[in-house]
This record gives sequence, C-alpha cells and structure tokens, in this order.
Amino acid sequence: MSVTRAVNSGLSDINTVHEITMVEAVTLALRRAMTEDPTVVVLGEDVATNGGVFRATENLKTEFGFKRVLDTPLAESMIAGISIGMATHGMRPVAEIQFMGFIFAAMEQIVCHAARMRNRTRGRLHCPLVIRAPFGGGIGAPEHHSESTEALFAHIPGLRVVIPSSPVRAYGLLLSAIRNPDPVLFLEPKRIYRIVRQRVVDSGKGLPLDTCFTLRQGDDITLISWGAMMHETLQAATQLQQRGVNADVIDVATISPLDMTTIVRSVRHTGRCVIVQEAARSGGIASEISARVAEEAMPWLQSPVQRVTGFDTPMPYPRHEHYYLPTAADIVRACERTLGVI
Amino acid sequence: MTQLKKQVASTLPANISLDWLRSAYSHMVLIRAFDKKVVALQRTGQMRTYPSCLGQEAIGVGIGLALQDNDVFVPYYRDQATLFLRGVSLTQIMQVWGGDERGHLFEGAARRDLPLCIPIATQMTHAAGVAIALKSRAEHQACLVTCGDGATSKGDFSEALNLAGLWQLPMVCVINNNQWAISVPLHKQTACQTLAQKAVAAGMEGVQIDGNDVAEVYQAVDRALTKARQGKGPTLIEAVSYRLSDHTTADDATRYRDLEQVNNAWEREPVKRLQSLLHAHQGWSPEQENALLESVRKQVDDAVTAYLSIPPQPADEFLKYQFAEMTTPLALQISWQHERFPEHETSDSNGVQKS
Repeated sequence: MSVTRAVNSGLSDINTVHEITMVEAVTLALRRAMTEDPTVVVLGEDVATNGGVFRATENLKTEFGFKRVLDTPLAESMIAGISIGMATHGMRPVAEIQFMGFIFAAMEQIVCHAARMRNRTRGRLHCPLVIRAPFGGGIGAPEHHSESTEALFAHIPGLRVVIPSSPVRAYGLLLSAIRNPDPVLFLEPKRIYRIVRQRVVDSGKGLPLDTCFTLRQGDDITLISWGAMMHETLQAATQLQQRGVNADVIDVATISPLDMTTIVRSVRHTGRCVIVQEAARSGGIASEISARVAEEAMPWLQSPVQRVTGFDTPMPYPRHEHYYLPTAADIVRACERTLGVI
Repeated sequence: MTQLKKQVASTLPANISLDWLRSAYSHMVLIRAFDKKVVALQRTGQMRTYPSCLGQEAIGVGIGLALQDNDVFVPYYRDQATLFLRGVSLTQIMQVWGGDERGHLFEGAARRDLPLCIPIATQMTHAAGVAIALKSRAEHQACLVTCGDGATSKGDFSEALNLAGLWQLPMVCVINNNQWAISVPLHKQTACQTLAQKAVAAGMEGVQIDGNDVAEVYQAVDRALTKARQGKGPTLIEAVSYRLSDHTTADDATRYRDLEQVNNAWEREPVKRLQSLLHAHQGWSPEQENALLESVRKQVDDAVTAYLSIPPQPADEFLKYQFAEMTTPLALQISWQHERFPEHETSDSNGVQKS
C-alpha cells in the first residue's frame, strides 16, 4: 500500500523509486505526462471513474479532473476519430481501446487518418496521439479479448507500433510515445501486467522508440521477441545457458518501424536466429524480421532462421489457450534445431 | 421532405441586403464557372477524378460566408465553395483533385482547417474532436463539419452526433442533402422523413433548410455557429438540394436517374434562383452580369494557368512526410528513390529541388 500511495503523489516524487507492476508503470507514465504537459488528456471507455478495467488509469480522474480524464460513450471509431481531431488542434490525447479485439471499429480512423494526416497535408497538420490497448492471450478471457494482431498495424505506413515487455520499458516507452509528435499504437501485453514487479525510477526519462533493447548478451544464438513472449524467451535463454549455449536476447519493443540495425548486427555475430511471437504464424512481424535477416545477414547465417509462433487460427477459448501459446520448451526446441542438436 | 422552391420569394429575406445577395451571387457564379472548367479539364486529360459541386453553390457559399476566420472547417469532398471562401485558392483546389497533396497546404482562415476527407462520415468524429479542443481552451469559436446524405447512414455520423449532444460541443454539422449517394436515392438510404430528425436521437437541435437558398443557408448556419460559440451546444442542419452533376467525373448518372427529375431540379437550381430574386428587386443589371462573367472568366483562367504550370513534386517528396523525424527504413527507401530517378527529379535534404 505504501508503494501505491507514493505512486499517487505525482511530481513531488521526482526520481522516487517504485517497486511496481507493468500496469502500475503505465499509470505512473500517464501521471507524469499529464503533470508535465497540460495538453495531455486520457480518454476511453471506463477510464475515468472506474480507472480502466485493468486499472491502468486508476485515480487519474481524481488527480486531474474530469476535463482531462474522459469517460467516453462506447464507440471505438469515435474514440479514435475525436483523438485525431483533438491531436490536430493542439491536444495530446491518450486514448484507451479497452481490448485490442475491439480495435477494428477504430481501424479506419487509425489507418485512413491518424497515420496519414501529416502526409496528406504535407506537414501542415499532424497527429500526436497515443492509442493504448491491452492485447494478447493467457489471462483466460472470453473470445475477442486475447488478440495479438499487432502485424496488421505494423503494416500501416505512418503509424508507430510500440510494445513494452516490463515495467521499466512500459514507463519509458509510454512517456516517449506520448511526447512523440506522431501517432503511436501502444500495445500492452496484459498477461504480464502484474506478473513481475520491477524498480521503476519516476525520473520522467523516456526510452528511445524505434530501438531494440538487448536484454542479454551472448555469442551463440540470437533470440528475438517482444511483449509477453519476452518472458518465455528469457526462460529459454536461461535453460540454454545451463547447457552452455549463450543467447543474445533482443526485445524488439518498437515493431514498426523496425530497428534492423540491432537485429542484423546480432545475427551477423551469432550466425543463428530464432524469432518468437504469440501472434498467428503467417504474415506477421516474425515473417518480416525473417525476410530482413535473409536480405541483410544471409552470408553470416549458419542455419535457417526459425520462427516460434502461434497458429493460423483465432486464439482458442480460454480452456484451451495453452494449446496455442508458445512455451519456453518450444523456443528451446527451435534453438536446438538451429544449433543442429536435433 | 421539403420541396425545393421554384419561385423566388417576393420579398427580400429579413436582415439580408441586396449588397449581400450580390456578393453571394458573385461567389456562386464564380464557383459554378470554376466547377464547369474543372470538369472540362478532366475531360481533356488535365484533371483527375473530380466531384462536381454543380447545384450545391448556395450551400457552400452560405457556409463560407457564415464562418469566421477562427472557426474551424472540417470539409468532406464537395466543398469547393466553402474552401474558396476560407482562403484556399482555386489553384489549390485543382491541385488536390489534380493529384497533388501540396494543395492541402491551406493558408489564411483555412490554416487550421482539416484537409478534404474522402472516407464517408469519418470527418464527423474529427470535427467533434476539434470541438473538444476548442471547448477545452475556452476558445469561443466553433467547428463546422459537412457531409452528404449518404454519410447519415454511417456509424461515425451517429457516434459523432451522439457525443456532440452529450458533451454539448461547439459543433455545427451541415448535411448537404443532394438526394443522391452516387446511384442510391435518399428514399433507399433511410426511412426517416427528414435527415434533420436524426438530431433528436443525439439530444441536439436539428433543422431542415432549403439548401438552394443562399440566404437561408447563411442565416441558419450563422445562427447555429453563434449558438455554438456561445457554448449553447451543437446543431444539425439538413440543407436540401439536388446534385445536378454526376457523382464524380468517373460516374454516369444517366445510368440510374430520370432526365425528367434532373430537368425538374434545374428549374430550382440556386444560381438562377438568386439571379431572379436580384432581378425582381432591380438589384442586378445585364451590365453587372456581363462584368461579373468577364471577371469570373479571367479569375478561373488565371487559376487554371497557375495550376497547369505547377511543377511535379520531386520523386522522393512523398517519402518525407510520414513522421516528424526521418526514420532509418524511410531514409534507406529515399536512397533507393534517388537511384531509381534521375537527379533532377529528387530534392536535397532540405526539400529543395535540385536543378
């Protein structure tokens, strides 16, 4: 409780260290951004009085008032559309789409307008907005609440797609996303909203967008993932290490635009590459990274790139989610194939 | 549905002077001549697909004259007259429809206006967002958004109105009810008696007006804007008119509507109607008409000359407006474009075209 109270007291806690979960880190970043910049407003379904169904916006209405934390009517296209109008006129809206499975009604607005306004007007207008959406499976939620459709959005020119995988990166990346002058889709892997606590310094420092994070250094194989799957990927790296195989582990973080410099440098060094995604197998970010590795690092590869992914189906209903979700064992097996062990 | 009036009122509208009517008439004649010219340019391969505003001049001019400079206009795509009155040049309007994004570099009163919006009704929620921004800064200005009759069937239309009513946003929506959504007539679009009544469900005022009467359009829009600027909430205005043209230059309306209906609509068209009113009040002479036509012809010709002389964008220009800062992938793609196109078709890093 003391931690929670400290979090709630805002800027007086500059540089305060918080031992917090990822969802609390999201709240912390929102609070910091709203304190710094009066044009930042939070809007969405159930975000104000209820503090969001995952509590990501908890207490913000109490602190900043109903004019800056807006409970909207239940209409996703409208939420995205008004965010565009607000963003083109001096505000920095941070909109929440309650679950990524419901983002499709807003897709026309995101794809046809938010991502194009700067281009269409040749820079006269721009869209500094963030759309946050919890995504991914593994929490036993009903159908449409477990989607990982990030690749659909990564394909859209003019849109940044950013995915944190820890409290520290959620805080730093969300701050940078809100400060960015262009639209950012900020996808929060809800399976890891509360599975770990991490020390987060409320310093107001953002982390760089468009940049991969190397979480662990190794010479033998490159493991690449993002979001919730970073946890299985790190577990796999630990298991490999126990067998004397040292993995370079990369958290892509911004899946569009991709930081291929970091990825290619690593793959050229290790000569082996395994890409892990929770999303369906075909046409995804793992496919894009694989293609780019083939283009830019083929002569350095000692074995074919391997992908560990979900299946080309919707996420099964919660009773059978575990049949779908990649595991650390799946990743280790893919590494063994890459290493020629099996 | 309101029947469009054929005959002019015998008296002048209240609070509208002959001078005002003459000015509105001049704008309408200009836009009609401009529109005719742009269609002709398309027929001769000098213009891309273009949505004519033939018959809609009273709506566009009425709105344009009612808007103040600090209001924000959120257009759809048949708003040539309003855009022109906001300070967007005829050349820029041609530039957009001629396939060049630089036409959207609006200046003057239009500097904060949104660009043309093609996906139907999506601009409605943008306007609500702009209105939220105006309201949050306590700027006593309003946002005006336009759409066609087909747009009233879409979710974004209802979602935006619902919010505008709920949050009492300083927003005015004008429906250009020109009776046709490409080939679909209004009676196949809705069972509603009027489109204005769609305001009722949103908890806001809705009014239906004669969209071929420029004074009526002006007065209704002016009243709604004043109300919005005073913080008294949004208004939905249905301006009833008739699309005398094809949907766009890519359309052939003879495939789906009777000539008789169109001929009937020509009897009620707004330019002729206003001219008759001016004549009835001895407010317009043949000399004035000839002088206007000559001036309009020159204005349109000059705009066309300017449009036709705009150099193309350099081949790498379209890659430079994705993000505020150049990204690594796009920088690479720009370098490919420099290889694909001769040097004189690209620009340097400052966007200056190389000679």
